[in-house]
Amino acid sequence: MTSVKLPIPDANVIARRGAINDDLARLIGREALVTDEEGRRAYETDALTAYRRMPLVVALPRTTEDVAKVLRYCHDNNLKVVPRGAGTSLCGGALPAEDAVVVCISKMNRILEVDYANRFARVETGITNLAISARVAERGFFYAPDPSSQLACTLAGNLAMNSGGAHCLKYGVTTHNVLGAKMVLMDGTVVEIGGPYLESSGYDMLSLVIGSEGQLGIITEATVRIIKTAEGARPMMLGFSAPETAGECVAAIIAAGIIPVAIEYMDRPAIEVCEAYARAGYPLDVEALLIVEVEGSDAEIESLLAKIAAIAARFNPKRVEISADADHSARIWAGRKAAFGAIGRLSDYYCMDGTIPLGQLPYVLSRISQICAEHGLKAANIFHAGDGNLHPLILYDANKPEEAEKAEAAGAAILSLCVEVGGCLTGEHGVGIEKRDLMVAQFSATDLVVQMRIKSVFDPAWRLNSAKVFPLEASESLRSDTIARSPEAA
Amino acid sequence: MIARLAAQNRTVEVVGHGALRNAGRPSAADCVVTTSTLKGVTLYESTELVMSARSGTPLYTIESELAQKGQMLAFEPIDLGPAIGAPAGSLSIGGVFATNICGPRRVQSGSARDHLLGVRAVNGRGELFKSGGRVMKNVTGLDVARGLTGSWGTLAIMTEVTFKVVPLPQSILTLVYTGLPDDLAIELLTTAMGTPYEVSGAVHLPKASAARLQEPSLRGSRDSLTMIRLENFQASIEERKGKLKDALKVYGTPRELDAEASWRLWSEFRTLTVMPYSADTALWRISTSPSKGPEIVAAIQKNLAAVAVYDWSGGLIWLEVPAQADAGAADIRRAVAVRGGHATLIRAAPEVRASVEVFEPMKPELERLTRGIKTAFDPQALFNRGRMYATI
Ligand SMILES: Cc1cc2nc3c(=O)[nH]c(=O)nc-3n(C[C@H](O)[C@H](O)[C@H](O)COP(=O)(O)OP(=O)(O)OC[C@H]3O[C@@H](n4cnc5c(N)ncnc54)[C@H](O)[C@@H]3O)c2cc1C
Repeated sequence: MTSVKLPIPDANVIARRGAINDDLARLIGREALVTDEEGRRAYETDALTAYRRMPLVVALPRTTEDVAKVLRYCHDNNLKVVPRGAGTSLCGGALPAEDAVVVCISKMNRILEVDYANRFARVETGITNLAISARVAERGFFYAPDPSSQLACTLAGNLAMNSGGAHCLKYGVTTHNVLGAKMVLMDGTVVEIGGPYLESSGYDMLSLVIGSEGQLGIITEATVRIIKTAEGARPMMLGFSAPETAGECVAAIIAAGIIPVAIEYMDRPAIEVCEAYARAGYPLDVEALLIVEVEGSDAEIESLLAKIAAIAARFNPKRVEISADADHSARIWAGRKAAFGAIGRLSDYYCMDGTIPLGQLPYVLSRISQICAEHGLKAANIFHAGDGNLHPLILYDANKPEEAEKAEAAGAAILSLCVEVGGCLTGEHGVGIEKRDLMVAQFSATDLVVQMRIKSVFDPAWRLNSAKVFPLEASESLRSDTIARSPEAA
Repeated sequence: MIARLAAQNRTVEVVGHGALRNAGRPSAADCVVTTSTLKGVTLYESTELVMSARSGTPLYTIESELAQKGQMLAFEPIDLGPAIGAPAGSLSIGGVFATNICGPRRVQSGSARDHLLGVRAVNGRGELFKSGGRVMKNVTGLDVARGLTGSWGTLAIMTEVTFKVVPLPQSILTLVYTGLPDDLAIELLTTAMGTPYEVSGAVHLPKASAARLQEPSLRGSRDSLTMIRLENFQASIEERKGKLKDALKVYGTPRELDAEASWRLWSEFRTLTVMPYSADTALWRISTSPSKGPEIVAAIQKNLAAVAVYDWSGGLIWLEVPAQADAGAADIRRAVAVRGGHATLIRAAPEVRASVEVFEPMKPELERLTRGIKTAFDPQALFNRGRMYATI
């Protein structure tokens, strides 16, 4: 995949590399820098691995003050900066540049305060998502947003991407679960936004910062909500012979006033691959499979699942299976959770992340197979049906450059389709470089200018994560004019 | 129209139906732009839990349309009208999002801001723009829509809002504990919030405010009242009620209010009947960590005759103080500052709201960003100039 244009690195900056390393070493210590080629190579890409760029240098600060020192230095010396957490971004959000300093906060991973009475935890943002929940599990609490990458990804990345997870239908995404943040601006200023209370004063800066993909500042600390874990949870499987009926069944469940914790949808190709891999006991004779999970006490779970089963019965399901015990539940989820890995074993895939109105599901699925067929490709679809977040996985062969190009083209067509039917380009993975130039499909020039002016308030010279999120043409006059651009092979 | 006003450099007071004109700093403007003619629900997909409406649509229109399909807003807006000397029921849906002032359900399921999915709006440059959309999950670009919530019309005039809705709970029940002092009451409420029983309201009324309740089953109370709301399917409520009572038994045995009484009781908080309008008192709204609430109130009460209502398990305090001088601003800001949180002056005479800071004063670095954002949307400062901060 090579179609995304990236800026040509500034040769003058690269030539000053040695001096820059020395300056940074004086500021935060040599041991907090990765300067050798082998070390830097570990940071040359994120989970959008088709794009790779060797960073100028990687800084691994341990304190907010050190982050501030590095940013002030870069500001004063007109250097670009790429913020980085664990590098699991699927959209190239953390892709380095040869002339940019990567500031990776993964060493800042302490839990600073846990307050159970007031239900918050204050942490450094380099902590992994799962480590927050693991820490508060001792008292039966958890941090709700649960991206599938939670073992590896950092809270910093979650904040920057406004990440979601399987359970966000009930608990919301990152922006619903964060109360405060400490952020370093490009000029080294440290700002504190919000705090350990449900509402902050003045303009809603948290809303602007969460999901800003490293465009506004580097977040070093956050105060997050922690929630008491439900007494129990149990899934059921519902298999249908057509996507339409599965969609109608989801609508009927919601119309009955039931909001499950999760409603996951898989189409036949996804079911087949997951079943072959995980032996989850999925039915192989259905076109659409729903995994519906509810929470509560045993009695509550039973009555809710019975209600859902009764609703599903109106849609002639080919399979209704309520989990019998913890083992069974684990098996049902194992298949779904292994989906990406399982499909990855069979084929290279390109994971898309649009959101669509539920009612458009059958139309969108049929258009997706049509689009893929036109490009000579196949797709498997995984869908967070409760909130409309669709993940088509376009299968291709990475060893064939022309297939990679086709996959990218098909992906762009699918995302435009999502926008066309009233949805959006990305539900949780972010824009990064990947969807940067597709933004014009969703936003007017004015819509984009309104967003870019906010970027300019925080980072007037556009040094932070530049050439991402906003279409290159739209941001041309704002980005530092030392950046020349031209199409370029990856 | 805004572009024309901008060209003439004419300042604008932005209002819905005017319900909130008596709140915030008074803003003198050359003209008034009202969204009250922008009415109507433009999209309602009940099975997708989403509604769009023009910003001037009255809140009651939205809520009655939702109720017909057995649904409601996902948050509980507060109609400040009666508390600030305006009639109840004149709040517009745009005003709800522009001020983001929300009631009890906030502790469990969030505020207006949390459930806003998209907006169309006009900024001070006369540009019409959109942000967000109609789907639940959307991380495409900066979250400008949410960024407009709580900006009191100082950044842009929202013309249409799209938001998440939820099913009405099948039933509702309230547990009422009596006679607890503030600190124990807040301990009870935070304990309740730390259970998995999805408590959707946690309010404590000390004696003085408890006596003002109108709900017949509690009217004339001479004791403090501490209230917990459960909303769910009937069977769940029954089960959770028992478990909660058990977990909270050291605080005494609660009274139970059935669904009908509970509806009446909790709707009182929607119009703040316990903090009625009076020219002799001023009204503040304090946001803090729940456990800090009683300390803050006690510190303020050392100097002022203050009447408090604790919502959000103590994290939100409505505080009524004598209307004299600075309406208690100095004492209140000091008490809040040392314990963390912020205070907003909601009701006071216009000259008081013009002379004291209505919103929490900002640190310089945050003020710089705030000023920058104001300029990004409204460079000539035409919209609600000085409404939030005297110089912004
Ligand atoms: C197998 C797999 C499964 C995934 N599943 C999900 C899922 O279920 N839901 C979901 O939402 N996402 C998912 N993702 C995507 C990804 O994990 C998330 O976007 C995650 O939040 C990225 O975190 P990170 O620490 O890896 O951040 P990185 O990839 O390092 O960075 C992500 C973005 O954050 C910025 N950033 C990093 N640190 C900071 C900081 N301190 N301040 C400001 N900006 C910063 C970066 O510049 C970049 O733009 C998945 C990814 C993989 C590989």
